[in-house]
Amino acid sequence: MGTVLVVTSGKGGVGKTTSTAALGAALAKGGQKVALVDFDVGLRNLDLILGAERRVVFDFINVIQGQAQLTQALIRDKRLESLFLLPASQTRDKDALTEEGVDEVISSLREVFDWVICDSPAGIERGAMLAMRHADMAVVVTNPEVSSVRDSDRIIGMLDSKTARAERGDPIKKHVLITRYDAARAQRGEMLSIEDVLDILSLPLLGIVPESQSVLQASNLGSPITLAEPDSSAAMAYADAARRLKGEKVPMTIPSTKKGLFGGLFRRAA
Amino acid sequence: MMLRFFRPRRSAPIARERLKVLLEHEHAELGKPDLVVALREEILAVIHKHVSVEPENVRVTADRTEKMSTLTVDIEIPLATLKAAAA
Repeated sequence: MGTVLVVTSGKGGVGKTTSTAALGAALAKGGQKVALVDFDVGLRNLDLILGAERRVVFDFINVIQGQAQLTQALIRDKRLESLFLLPASQTRDKDALTEEGVDEVISSLREVFDWVICDSPAGIERGAMLAMRHADMAVVVTNPEVSSVRDSDRIIGMLDSKTARAERGDPIKKHVLITRYDAARAQRGEMLSIEDVLDILSLPLLGIVPESQSVLQASNLGSPITLAEPDSSAAMAYADAARRLKGEKVPMTIPSTKKGLFGGLFRRAA
Repeated sequence: MMLRFFRPRRSAPIARERLKVLLEHEHAELGKPDLVVALREEILAVIHKHVSVEPENVRVTADRTEKMSTLTVDIEIPLATLKAAAA
């Protein structure tokens, strides 16, 4: 029986899809069987971030409506054979994502995969609710910025009340993943510190992903950052976070500004 | 660090190319989103006239390039079914 993990945030643009792809690829690289499920009907992007956009034949809604079998809709990653994508529909109405349909698909995936990672749409509407519905664990992606932290707080409240587990009185395991962290700005006091964010959200920390040029590079290429740029600081943060998801104890790396003058200059020049 | 500095890092042209191909196909598909589903159903119906095939033994894959889309329909027909059809 696999674990269902929702990657959520409330706010858009904080890095949910990037994080879903990066964590999923890191887990698959470690030998786990992983299904990534895009819940963003009408605005799917996980296919693009994974470089699978040319290979989408059937989607989540085709499966729900019985036009395709689940095995036919799952796209196997070209680089990692244990990584699969169930794409969202780009053209259908959001209402086609029914509660019963989602229930059935997630239960089937859970039987076959070690990890079912649900990439939530932004917002707190139907799609976001359905993405978290069957989760055993949640990764709340947060930027160290006031509106993101506020929206995360709202989503945490929903994880505690609207999920199937919450209704059974068996709460889901929640973690916060801080992304787009800029150590220099945090040091200058221009950015909320990690302590501030954790203090406000009172959730355990899954990882700190530094703001990185490699993230854009990876999305340009259509490859999860943990595969495209595995030596980048962001990819290493994701790889550690993936190990923590599996329950491993991994010391937390706090991104620092200790790159020195040269590091800074080279980065800018590159 | 030095290696990274000298390595060509122009990934934007790749991104532009991927997007152009994707968006062109998406624009073409607007209004007829179920082309693939329709094709699959009709191809299956034709095959069904002759042999019976389980839906799970049909794999449909696609690839899209700048000039065209390919749709590959891979149908597994068990030997027993073939023999029955021949008899």
